[in-house]
Amino acid sequence: MTVTLTKTQIDELGRELDELKMRVIDDLGQDDLDYIYKVIKAQRGLEIGGRASLYLGFLPPFWLLGTAALGLSKILDNMEIGHNVMHGQYDWTRDPALNSKRFEWDTACPSDQWRHSHNYMHHTFTNIIDKDRDIGYGILRMDESQKWNPYYLGNPAWAFMLMTFFQYGVALHDLETENVISGKRKMSENKELLAGIRRKVGRQTLKDYVLFPALTGPLFLSTLAANATANLIRNVWAYSIIFCGHFPSGVATFTKEETENESRGEWYIRQMMGSANITGGKLFHILSGNLSHQIEHHLFPDIPARRYPQIAPEVRAICEKYGLPYNSGRFSRQIGSTWAKIFRLALPNRDSAERPPAVTVVDDALVAA
Amino acid sequence: MTALLPARSAKSSNKSRRISPLGLFEALATPHGVDRYLELVNPMLTVRELRAEVTAVYRSTADSVTLTLRPTRQWKGFEAGQFVNVTVVIDGVRRTRCYSPSCSQHRADGQIEITIKKHPEGIVSNYLHANAAPGLVVQLSQADGVFKLPTARPERLLLISGGSGITPVLSMLRTLADEGHRGEVVFLHYTNTAADVALRAEVEKLAGGNVRVEFVHTESGDSALTGFFGASHLEAVAPWVAEAQTYLCGPLALMRSVREHFDHAGLTDRLHLEEFQPAPVIVDDGTPTGTIAFGETTATNSGETLLEQAENAGLTPEFGCRMGICFSCTQIKTSGCTRNIRTGELNSDPDTEIQLCINVPVGDVSIEL
Repeated sequence: MTVTLTKTQIDELGRELDELKMRVIDDLGQDDLDYIYKVIKAQRGLEIGGRASLYLGFLPPFWLLGTAALGLSKILDNMEIGHNVMHGQYDWTRDPALNSKRFEWDTACPSDQWRHSHNYMHHTFTNIIDKDRDIGYGILRMDESQKWNPYYLGNPAWAFMLMTFFQYGVALHDLETENVISGKRKMSENKELLAGIRRKVGRQTLKDYVLFPALTGPLFLSTLAANATANLIRNVWAYSIIFCGHFPSGVATFTKEETENESRGEWYIRQMMGSANITGGKLFHILSGNLSHQIEHHLFPDIPARRYPQIAPEVRAICEKYGLPYNSGRFSRQIGSTWAKIFRLALPNRDSAERPPAVTVVDDALVAA
Repeated sequence: MTALLPARSAKSSNKSRRISPLGLFEALATPHGVDRYLELVNPMLTVRELRAEVTAVYRSTADSVTLTLRPTRQWKGFEAGQFVNVTVVIDGVRRTRCYSPSCSQHRADGQIEITIKKHPEGIVSNYLHANAAPGLVVQLSQADGVFKLPTARPERLLLISGGSGITPVLSMLRTLADEGHRGEVVFLHYTNTAADVALRAEVEKLAGGNVRVEFVHTESGDSALTGFFGASHLEAVAPWVAEAQTYLCGPLALMRSVREHFDHAGLTDRLHLEEFQPAPVIVDDGTPTGTIAFGETTATNSGETLLEQAENAGLTPEFGCRMGICFSCTQIKTSGCTRNIRTGELNSDPDTEIQLCINVPVGDVSIEL
């Protein structure tokens, strides 16, 4: 579908969203700090409780409990805490433990590389073909406009592997391997990045696969398996939530030409049309790092995520006012539609990849006439 | 007492890591560090971070509050005259101010005492005045500053202070008393009225013998000496000033007149001073003024964003989105005032992080680059 808007409407929309953001920023305070510390406390509690349970890992209920608690701890650490803190959502608190440049998360990817590939590249160039490397992450075909080749017959298999080993996929993302293969990037440019990845993966591996298993003595293998399962739980969950953010059907992509000299309003429209929300309860939103409000997150990546559910009705109303889609659905629908796309795009396009632009901007004069 | 930008001593910060039994715990607590877990149990239980707990609160005048602080075991002590940074969380935001302890450096219980004078616009001073209570935990820095007594104590000492500048020189007086100093010491303190003398009783306790205490009330005039500082005051209390060492801390006007007197008398090298004053009032009428220092490089403020000005000065700081969302360009502003062009917010706190791409300097600004 194509949305037609005048320049005046787009500027007005930009102003309305700027005002909404200012209102949230003016309201930030102790509650936001208390909230994130409550989540941190829950995460650290789950982590310690989970690791402690594994000392009784020879009893199956304790193994399951410990594994689940550790998995939940990693999910909270990576999503509601890590992802959001590294976006600068809590930089205003001036708390070094909540500082976007200093925070390090419990996953294989070094935080500085994540901030580059995600905060800068993905959030600035969201859903622009050939600029946003998050469209398929350089290994999948997630948009009709990506040229098909036989490698993509494996699209579902590659996606399944990415889901299983998601933390390592994320860790390697900033290396831009696809550009190294195509000759656009030199391997030597990756030297420092690789050293950073080795260091981080080394520490994570030592912790999860050597030290904690060793500390449980004869239960070494049982604890190792539990830690690997906890990492797997986090991998599958994070992959699924993230894929629901931009790949369900109805989400728009944009071309470089369409997005040249974008106004602030147009940037906002691209963020909204290029993202999709997931409906759910409060706990679901927290475990998704509030990325279930991907639309609000992409409009304002730097405001504390607990604010997204609060502003969602207003954002939705703005979308309705300007006739913009507000893509929102149950988890099962969004993830189902994402996997359907993964399978569909394994094969060449059936119709022409030509599609109308998502937004058409017209002169005010034309509408008035 | 609130020295905003005191001279720092040229201590080299030695951050090299040593291998310790702590290493195992750090490896287990990666990536967050042990303190991030301990603080959730008890904020005073720290491995690396220096914090302090308020153990007593005392209000000696209507507009000042004296706090006794018990530092964690990382505290290395201080020398009379030096200052510490104290950080408190106010409405979710950490605020740091420096204060000179007013107690003796030899205080037996290892605690320190700071006195905070309430400024009408002071966020921290007003907060502490209203809310400080035993049990409050604050962040503390190690002591720093070159305003201190030489190790070989001078025989004769003149300690001059005004208003809340009393704290570092009172610390000197108390320290000398603890050391059984036999030489002559004169404590000359200026305030508007008798009611404004913070810690008056504490100072008077030390008078007698070789210590002379002289309070001057410049406004009410009900003191032995009257009026502002002048040669007659010196003749009255310390005719031997040319053979003594003088330590001075107080408001700008007092500092200026004392300095002029010493310069005229050819005693410049016998005068040691600590400048302090409340933050200057910021006038932001949108006209660019001042000089911007990016590390060693300086530029005249053009009114553009700090990122643009740094680039125009031939520097290449890291950047990303250039629209305030990715936090790639965050750097530390060591001094000066900046305005956020998105929110209009002014920030004049020293040593705070700012995003170069959405902040413009208001007057002189120094950025660590």
